[in-house]
Amino acid sequence: MIELLQYLSFGPGGWGQALTAATFTTVAVAICGFFIGGALGALIAWGKLSGGSVVRFTADSYTTVLRGIPDLLVIYLFYFGGSLLLSRVASLWGVQGFVGVPPFAAGAMAIGVVSGAYQAEVFRGAFRVLSKGEIEAGRSVGMGRFLLFRRVIVPQVFRHALPGIGNVWQMVLKESALISVTGLVELLRQAQIAAGSTRRPFEFFLIAGAIFLAITWFSQLVFAWFERRTGRYMSGGLV
Amino acid sequence: MDLIFIRDSFLQLLSGVPLTLELTAFAFVLGLIFAMLLALMRVSGIRVLEIPASVYIFIVRGTPLLVQIFLIYYGLGQFRPTLQSLGLWQFFRDPYWCGIFALSLNSAAYGSEVLRGALKSVSKREIEAAKACGMSGLLLYRRIILPLALRQALPAYGNELILMVKATSLVSTITMMEITGIAARLISETYRPVEVFIAAGAIYLAINFLLTRLVSWLDWWLTPHLRGVPAATPKAEHINA
Repeated sequence: MIELLQYLSFGPGGWGQALTAATFTTVAVAICGFFIGGALGALIAWGKLSGGSVVRFTADSYTTVLRGIPDLLVIYLFYFGGSLLLSRVASLWGVQGFVGVPPFAAGAMAIGVVSGAYQAEVFRGAFRVLSKGEIEAGRSVGMGRFLLFRRVIVPQVFRHALPGIGNVWQMVLKESALISVTGLVELLRQAQIAAGSTRRPFEFFLIAGAIFLAITWFSQLVFAWFERRTGRYMSGGLV
Repeated sequence: MDLIFIRDSFLQLLSGVPLTLELTAFAFVLGLIFAMLLALMRVSGIRVLEIPASVYIFIVRGTPLLVQIFLIYYGLGQFRPTLQSLGLWQFFRDPYWCGIFALSLNSAAYGSEVLRGALKSVSKREIEAAKACGMSGLLLYRRIILPLALRQALPAYGNELILMVKATSLVSTITMMEITGIAARLISETYRPVEVFIAAGAIYLAINFLLTRLVSWLDWWLTPHLRGVPAATPKAEHINA
């Protein structure tokens, strides 16, 4: 037990500082991926709901494919594929050899693209809860498409989507651990480094797990609070 | 885009399919058994059983699967002498068994939530009717509650199966050469990530498509009462959907 605390110390020989920095990297990459996914998801949900047949087919294929393929493969694609693309572009400018994509960017893009597929489904489901009457009522008082979107659709879809979005966030957070394969020093990678140098893998993976657990638990509380807050003005019952 | 190269990688990746399916099947079945135990613990109404199950589910669902895999494969290696004296070392030094162990422990936590919901959905009237016929304890569970709950859980548990197929890709990080492991090796050898991704992705999609079909067929087969005669019960289709 004392040993465990020694590993966590912030002084020399302790891994406290490195683990704290890695925790921030994990949260940062997860947040970036989550927002990229949110933007993509909204776009795809919109395509699914109001696009023509070609748009709808593309959007449907996107969600089907991305939800059916392991995330690790997508991370490999973005990391190695991105580097390949970047090296080709660089060679046009006369730079020879390998130019790597920053692992942070590749990782955030990869989990963004994957979580976008899930968020699209959440948004679509939330939109379908909206009653037609409300949209018609909005139109009848003269709201244009954009105003209707901003005043009526977004606030309600957001509220209905919140629980689902919370689940996606938890998923993104846990998926961010996979980015360790690209060498990004996030929580799991840092734990691997520390485990290698101290030869105490059990303790360090346990610590990494505990930090992940703390983050997911904290986000659960935040989302629950948010749901209560946004649900204040909603009619009772099962909304 | 090099079609011949995609075909070649596709053929090479196919050799990883048996391992992926094997891991999926093993971990799924073990996971289902653990999940059932956890779910029964949670609905038992006995606090000494309920609390450990809830804590377990909370911890496993709150941490990444990859951390769990590393903890079991690399972490437990630290206790080699103890494991050797217990005769468990053979098991824990093998990435294959560690992978299956980690996957099934993980899937048990998620699956138990599905099963818990399903167990709760068994209507009181049916349980009362069974009790009135004199069934109790194990017989009641075996004949009435479990079959009804499992059927109820099937569609949601089908998602769990798909997630399991995807999750097996993570054991490639502990040296298992299943589809993703081979894909990673091909990418680093040939440096053509896009083509390899297309080939590997196609295989995973095909597997998941077939499994989804299988689950929905099973669901259809197990719910004859929802099918009905189309003309007599026009709403049957609506209930099915």
